[in-house]
Amino acid sequence: MTAALAAAATTTSTGEAVQFWILGTVAVVGALSTVLMKKAVHSALSLAGTMIVLAVFYLANGAYFLGIVQVVVYTGAIMMLFLFVVMLVGVTAADSLKETLKGQRWLAAACGLGFGILLIAGIGQASLQSFNGLGAANAQHGGNVEGLANLIFTKYVFAFEITGALLITATVGAMLLTHRERTERAKTQRELSQERVRSSHLPPLPAPGVYARHNAVDIAGLLPDGTPSELTVMRTLRQRGQIRDVSGDSLAELKALEQRSGERLGRDRGPARDHAEEEEEVAK
Amino acid sequence: MNPVNYLYLAALLFTIGASGVLIRRNAIVVFMCVELMLNACNLTLVAFSRMHGNLDGQIIAFFTMVVAAAEVVIGLAIIVSLFRSRHSASVDDASLMKL
Repeated sequence: MTAALAAAATTTSTGEAVQFWILGTVAVVGALSTVLMKKAVHSALSLAGTMIVLAVFYLANGAYFLGIVQVVVYTGAIMMLFLFVVMLVGVTAADSLKETLKGQRWLAAACGLGFGILLIAGIGQASLQSFNGLGAANAQHGGNVEGLANLIFTKYVFAFEITGALLITATVGAMLLTHRERTERAKTQRELSQERVRSSHLPPLPAPGVYARHNAVDIAGLLPDGTPSELTVMRTLRQRGQIRDVSGDSLAELKALEQRSGERLGRDRGPARDHAEEEEEVAK
Repeated sequence: MNPVNYLYLAALLFTIGASGVLIRRNAIVVFMCVELMLNACNLTLVAFSRMHGNLDGQIIAFFTMVVAAAEVVIGLAIIVSLFRSRHSASVDDASLMKL
């Protein structure tokens, strides 16, 4: 059994080939849409899909521990961190389509194409006809996880310890970078109230949907003259373009009602007239 | 199918990621493309580990993942602080080292 596994093979099973071609297509499509999607959220979700496909490929390649770690760490932790930052930052961060350097985009795409051709041609030139498979290496210490642990804690123990130092440094660095030192003292309640009196808004801001027919947060409140008030809707919603303008709604509804009632009356009048005509004929 | 196809796929993903870094201007998306390149390298390492029949490639891929996690934490912290000071996440706006 072990000898059979250790012997060099040239092809994988048909099932793995089918899996590769299907999931490989998914991975490439995910990667392309990561690059091409306009909104950062869509890019993040596409990238998460690609990473899950890569996790399946790790499992197919005999790297069982890495496959699980890929799902837990990459798609679970890192992509969620990305989504959090997109929620913090990405709303206003629309990618500008204006080119600062002329023709940079096409040049970059051409560079990428050339680079890809170079890489793939390089792999094509290498003589990689047979492969050993991980069966023997995984079985040597009783499993993939045991084999990895054996290597980490003997041959690579120094690198492993340095990794620990790196993680601590990264944690401290992230706290340092996102921490904001308060340079002035906090304002007292009195100062806040004085500031408010000096500003143009003494009363609280109008609530969304005041004078409108709805009070949802995405509907601007109407001023007494019927114009929607900019102040009532959250700035984020306005930047996303998610505001409904309802100032014309009531007029449109009235128009629709009139049209409907007109149709109803017209239909009612039709048979009535017929009835009258019949009566006239009968009278004749 | 030969496992060398995994290498071709990884090269393709790496190329797409590299093009994305060059093309996109939103710092978050650029960062995601860097992650894509790292993942492509990991796939290469795992595939080579299988071809050579030893686990060293998987160890290196594991360390790459740890370093990528640390890198993401720092990079996203930099993006957030950049956004705070400039109110934009475009890499074009970050043309100076100081405010």
